Amino acid sequence: MAFDKMELQKIEVWDGNRAAAQALRQAQVDVVAAYPITPSTPIVEGYAKFLADGYIEGEYVMVESEHAAMSGCVGAAAAGGRVATATSSQGFALMVEVLYQASGMRLPIVLNVANRALAAPLNVNGDHSDMYLGRDSGWIQLDAYCPQDVYDLNFIAFKVSEDHDVRLPCMVHQDGFMTSHTAQGVHTLTDDEAYGFIGEYKPMNDMLDFEHPVTHGVQTEEDWHFEHKARQHNDLMTKVIPKIQAAFDDFEKLSGRKYNMVESYDMSDADVCVVCMGTSVETAREVATEMRAKGIKAGVVGIRVIRPIPFFEIAEALKGAKAIAALDRSSPNGAAGMLFNEIAGCLFNTDTKALLSGYVYGLGGRDLTKAHLVSLFTELQKNVDAGKVTTPLQQFIGVRGPKLSFL
Amino acid sequence: MSEMKKIKNLKEFSTSADRFEGANLLCPGCAHSIIVREVLNATNDDLILSASTGCLEVCTAVYPYTSWDASWIHIGFENGSTAVAGAESMYKALKTKGRLKQPDRNPKFVSFAGDGASYDIGFQWISGCMERGHNMMHIVLDNEVYANTGGQRSSSTPIGSSATTSPEGRKSYGEKKNKKDMVSIMAAHHIPYAAQVAPNKWKDMVKKIQHGFSVDGPVFINAVSPCTTEWKFDPKDTMHIADLATDSLVFPLYEIIDGHELNITYRPKDVVPVEEYLAAQGRFKHLFKDEHKYLIKEWQERVDANWAYLNRREEARV
Repeated sequence: MAFDKMELQKIEVWDGNRAAAQALRQAQVDVVAAYPITPSTPIVEGYAKFLADGYIEGEYVMVESEHAAMSGCVGAAAAGGRVATATSSQGFALMVEVLYQASGMRLPIVLNVANRALAAPLNVNGDHSDMYLGRDSGWIQLDAYCPQDVYDLNFIAFKVSEDHDVRLPCMVHQDGFMTSHTAQGVHTLTDDEAYGFIGEYKPMNDMLDFEHPVTHGVQTEEDWHFEHKARQHNDLMTKVIPKIQAAFDDFEKLSGRKYNMVESYDMSDADVCVVCMGTSVETAREVATEMRAKGIKAGVVGIRVIRPIPFFEIAEALKGAKAIAALDRSSPNGAAGMLFNEIAGCLFNTDTKALLSGYVYGLGGRDLTKAHLVSLFTELQKNVDAGKVTTPLQQFIGVRGPKLSFL
Repeated sequence: MSEMKKIKNLKEFSTSADRFEGANLLCPGCAHSIIVREVLNATNDDLILSASTGCLEVCTAVYPYTSWDASWIHIGFENGSTAVAGAESMYKALKTKGRLKQPDRNPKFVSFAGDGASYDIGFQWISGCMERGHNMMHIVLDNEVYANTGGQRSSSTPIGSSATTSPEGRKSYGEKKNKKDMVSIMAAHHIPYAAQVAPNKWKDMVKKIQHGFSVDGPVFINAVSPCTTEWKFDPKDTMHIADLATDSLVFPLYEIIDGHELNITYRPKDVVPVEEYLAAQGRFKHLFKDEHKYLIKEWQERVDANWAYLNRREEARV
């Protein structure tokens, strides 16, 4: 090996971007094709610096746009090696065409997304608009709530994405700034542990195997297109969840840290609960504990695997709840929120009698405060007591001006 | 070192291409397949190829078939060049890391794209590839129109041509803008090699492609590709039209080395009037109406001026 290993402290103080960059280093990614955008930039800057300092062997391709970044990643992945990049917001939006191509071509690529609002109006802060834009892109999507999760989930992402039974690209989402730029203690793996967990890259249909030329990215019309798309969806729905579970199990054995498809907190006897993603999960857990001291049996469900949606795990986690709030950090722009719809779908046809209401919050980096969550849990308890939803089905939290509510 | 094919005559040349199959869906008389065979014929080395969305792509890789006996990739309309750049980067990475399955090979990285995918929608991607210095060749199959979508104008469509989005009509002579000078723009990236080629001048073509494969760094090739469907000529006349294109100097054959050293590589013994080139194609038919004839004169003047410019550049060695 012509690169140096890095001695890490058992606990390093890293923000989410640094955690992702270190994970890419430990994965010894072969090619990164990237374009800078706030707040994800430090991830690929980190890779560039590790390369410049001889802690990685690989190629860093500083392309001229995010569209080209993902295009280069597709070419590199088809050539046959480990590939990763990072982006946010407008860059993610520019990439979308190629996101669909990457997954349709069944290429393992890891994309770190530091979630950020979408213009207009232009905004650099965190919300989940970009995440929601990529919802149907055919990628596996994992959600990190803190820098530790970012670090750990990157290893899961490589392992699952590159599995020959899966061969689908994977996103690791983290909240822009709230996670990407907020330093916390991160328990580390040694370089050997991390690389050993992911394993050597095993090529498949690699263009660089000159003895076996391959054709990537063919044309299919009404005769074959549906079969390809159906197979991709089938693999997402049937193969990916067990692979993620196996990776979570192996990772727990290695690190002692346990991840779940759905992260339930105090849900065994919860009457009221919040379902959310990103940093809000940790805030909601803290408030739920405080609500219990006030006599309200509160719980929190965090979605860890966004795609494929853990349909039955969500239904299972919510089966005992009497009132559920779905928190969407993206403007639904003319519909109920995505999480609201997903949860409704998961619970329909079950025995649940739960009352479901939706909340839109935190757009453009607006804080979700503990006070917001206290009134939210209180509102849910009122619903339980009244035996019906006492508020409109869709409310906006923390927006200035007259209270906004719909449905 | 690369292994270059030595081909003595046209008969040998026409039978030696074995990595691009005649079994494809391109129109009879399409110059694309001729150019591709000429390019692939120039080397025995392994090839990593791409095609941007367009005629070549939709006609050569319709699942479950492929016309390519070399690794080939298509992503989208604008990013075929970057797909190859990504593959070339992976090649370098795996070479450094000692993970190539056949480490003694010397692959060539080539992206093919039409003029729409190169002059217009893929312009930025190609510029990026050239600027970053990837060891790759981008080849434009320049038929001066969006042929795959049915003949819309591109920034390569020449003045007076009737395209479906710049049609001739009672009050219009068709396309109003002159063709973009893509070879100069690419040469201005100070790449080691940029050249214009034509399928009828196959020896010139092979020489240039082989030179392109021998240099270290990005190479840009603009290949005139007469389009029987959109230029409106009989499929049997493809090479005749290509001859008129090169011999009228509408498509002069030249190369630019390191962004400055320009060499004219073909000087027709008998220069054909531009009028003959225009008259042979339906897309210029309306120019021969009395009210548009002045455009033919302007065409000739423009071609003469460009030829004089190329000669001055060659002479000045700048």
